[in-house]
Amino acid sequence: MSNTMSFRSSLLRPLAVAALTLGLAAPALAAEGAPHPHREEWSFAGPFGTYDRAQLQRGFQVFKEVCSSCHSAHLFAFRNLAQPGGPEFSEAQAKTVAEEYQIQDGPDDAGDMFDRPGRLSDRWPSPFPNEQAARASNGGAYPPDFSTLAKARTYEVGFPGFLIDVVTQYQEQGPDYIHALLVGYEEPPEGFALPEGAHYNKYFPGHAIKMPQPISDGQVTYTDGSPETIDQYSRDVTAFMMWVAEPHLEARKRIGFQVMIFLIVFAGLLYFTKKKVWKSVGH
Amino acid sequence: MAGAAVTGSRGKETIVAATETAGTTRRDFLYIATGAMGAVGAAALVWPFVSQLQPDASVLAMSTTEVDLSQVAEGQMVTVKWRGKPVFVWNRTPKDIAEAKATELSALLDPVARNANLAADAPATDENRAGIDHEKWLVVVGICTHLGCVPIGHAGEYDGWFCPCHGSEYDSAGRVRRGPAPENLAVPPYNFVSDTKISIG
Amino acid sequence: MSGHSTFEPKHPALKWFESRLPLVGLIHSSFVAYPTPRNLNYWWTFGGILSLMLVCQIVSGVVLVMHYTPHITLAFDSVEHIMRDVSYGWLIRYIHSNGASMFFIAVYIHMFRGLYYGSYKAPREVLWILGCIIYLLMMATAFMGYVLPWGQMSFWGATVITNLFSAFPVVGPTIVEWLWGGFSVDNATLNRFFSLHYLLPFMIAGVVVLHVWALHVVGQNNPTGVEPKSAKDTVPFTPYATIKDAFGMVCFLIFFAWFLFYIPNYLGHADNYIPANPLVTPAHIVPEWYYLPFYAMLRAVPDKLGGVLTMFGAIIVLFFVPWLDTSKVRSGVYRPLFKQFFWIWIVVCVGLGWLGSKPAEGGYVIAGRILTIYYFAHFLIILPLLGLFEKPKAVPASITEAVLGKNKGAAPASAGVSAPQTKG
Repeated sequence: MSNTMSFRSSLLRPLAVAALTLGLAAPALAAEGAPHPHREEWSFAGPFGTYDRAQLQRGFQVFKEVCSSCHSAHLFAFRNLAQPGGPEFSEAQAKTVAEEYQIQDGPDDAGDMFDRPGRLSDRWPSPFPNEQAARASNGGAYPPDFSTLAKARTYEVGFPGFLIDVVTQYQEQGPDYIHALLVGYEEPPEGFALPEGAHYNKYFPGHAIKMPQPISDGQVTYTDGSPETIDQYSRDVTAFMMWVAEPHLEARKRIGFQVMIFLIVFAGLLYFTKKKVWKSVGH
Repeated sequence: MAGAAVTGSRGKETIVAATETAGTTRRDFLYIATGAMGAVGAAALVWPFVSQLQPDASVLAMSTTEVDLSQVAEGQMVTVKWRGKPVFVWNRTPKDIAEAKATELSALLDPVARNANLAADAPATDENRAGIDHEKWLVVVGICTHLGCVPIGHAGEYDGWFCPCHGSEYDSAGRVRRGPAPENLAVPPYNFVSDTKISIG
Repeated sequence: MSGHSTFEPKHPALKWFESRLPLVGLIHSSFVAYPTPRNLNYWWTFGGILSLMLVCQIVSGVVLVMHYTPHITLAFDSVEHIMRDVSYGWLIRYIHSNGASMFFIAVYIHMFRGLYYGSYKAPREVLWILGCIIYLLMMATAFMGYVLPWGQMSFWGATVITNLFSAFPVVGPTIVEWLWGGFSVDNATLNRFFSLHYLLPFMIAGVVVLHVWALHVVGQNNPTGVEPKSAKDTVPFTPYATIKDAFGMVCFLIFFAWFLFYIPNYLGHADNYIPANPLVTPAHIVPEWYYLPFYAMLRAVPDKLGGVLTMFGAIIVLFFVPWLDTSKVRSGVYRPLFKQFFWIWIVVCVGLGWLGSKPAEGGYVIAGRILTIYYFAHFLIILPLLGLFEKPKAVPASITEAVLGKNKGAAPASAGVSAPQTKG
């Protein structure tokens, strides 16, 4: 054991020294364009996080009425609306939503493509037939697909924050960034040369974003009495985007907790078994 | 290990042993508990790897197919795909129906209807095989109940289907009349959305 | 895998089988009766942990292949299909992606342990070199695996790494096109990487068999670096090492599960959730964390070919460590100066890793150059010289003496204790 101990303690000291030196050097060297998004409270954060059903339903409403006119979500299917761990609409509600949309199908017996009402198995129809069409309609910018967007956005945490995040299980860079972006539109500061067709956003890297402020107060009518503000819309649609990107988050965290308990108990049993086996042997 | 522990039989261990089955000790209990825990863990770990082989959510969702019957002329048989399998939709002539109705149940190899829309023990009468209130329509899964080949329509002695693989024959109600196939062609779950449209699945 | 077998079958059927293929005897001699030094600490459980991780990656990988489609138009969506629609697909995919990182964490600890306790020194040179080969194969496998989801980082990582070969004069561009099977990273590249990503793990498994074989021929090193001299110095592999390894593995699995279930995307890159786009490069192309030290070295050298050679040299130099270390004493425990330099070298490696994740500009590059030079100096200058100038501490006469001496407290083992052991 003495060898182990010396190995361990001598491991930590130099690492701490190195960490400190590098950490102090970091801010001086780093050159970041945009401020860090504020870390919001999300119901799905942490080891016992779950989605807030009502929030996902509201977020879906915002997506459907506002975002989806420009943004696609090609991996998101109507059936997902009714699956466990999501907004958990009833199957009938999900069917009703699906039937509001015309989906291209075919070819029929004459060889022609045709439109029919959506079914649960269909995926969310994209607002544009292809990326070129999307760009042409949006001043050359491509509105990104929502399918994995909440996991595809991040910001650099830096040292030592990125190590602390391992312990605190912080995984919400994407949602925090998206929420910050949605509420981050403001007047450009004096002297900032905003390119034609761009808008100033505090949190967008480079600050010049092609997407105009997408939503304003009161634009979407909520039925559950939630505030109809940009801030609330933004939180709701961000939660919805996180669910679209990670639909099995709840199952993952639930099973994870069970696995953790099992492993810790098993490790404890193994530890005592190991002690018994080695009892008569000095080592 | 067990033997060593028993011969050791110190006071504490014998007390615990008394509550266990004869010959076990606390040390054994620890080993058994650890081993059992490991076995439970291994079994639990296997499950996701077995479960992933099941039809996935997108496959399960693709389970309905709609067929427009207005394009199928009398006597015509069309094949549509449902869950990756062929389904025969046959607009039968009065002669086909009459033949099927005339067949005694005792003449059938399989007297059960095999109709997913009816009870499991419904007899294989023509009424129980054909469409409800639409007796000219026969909808069956186009897979021979022997070993899964696709039978040829309008063929064989019974004016139904003939399977080229092993010679099974079906009549105009899709009932097996000559082996080796053991069962009638299965009728899938379906319903008439309108007089000219069915939804399978 | 060597002749320690005391296994004698009792059952006639087993006797019949054993006389034709002594399989059970081989397993018995390798994993039951095999004598292991009694003083192995928990750093020695990482060999077992690595075997576990190899099995874990192969099993989860084989399952993923059942649902994955290796085509540029479908690869990204098929991975997402696994994540969304396949029963427990998210679990198996996260096991595989995080498992790769866990594999590397374990292999680095395993390598550092070998370097600290002198496990590469005679007669274990071949064992060490086989380990280096496994490490190289692991790097190739992980690199190609990272390309398969066909996200932005997959695509640009593949582009940058394959472009390394363009540094070679004259033949460089030809080699790169040959690697790609086209004029850029494209469908042909994805398909060959997929094929090789499936093949290489089985080659790793093959070399692992050789690695274990070599280990069982020369025996395990131990924290004292003193070879076992009598039966008292060792214990049978089963149950002593098996139960200790099992405990180590489960503790490692707790660490693994933390990442797997709670922060599964922590070790990956957000950009890889954007489908590959050959027309847009991400702002920062960063390889997976386990390549970062080498990536830092690549960028530290201003010359293209020089950078590539430096990077490969950093791995090649490991093959020569058995001969670069001139010390007569094996274990770092009894080498006070070596110990200091070892830890400085570890810090340098971590520092290089951190620099690898930073943009290649200004102070980072200068720091990268200093650390790269130190990395090589450690092997090429410090290790050879240390052996000549260092005054090692007294090495115990045997493992048992070291163990008993410690158990008696601070008092060193007396001659009376060590005397009976030296007989064997």
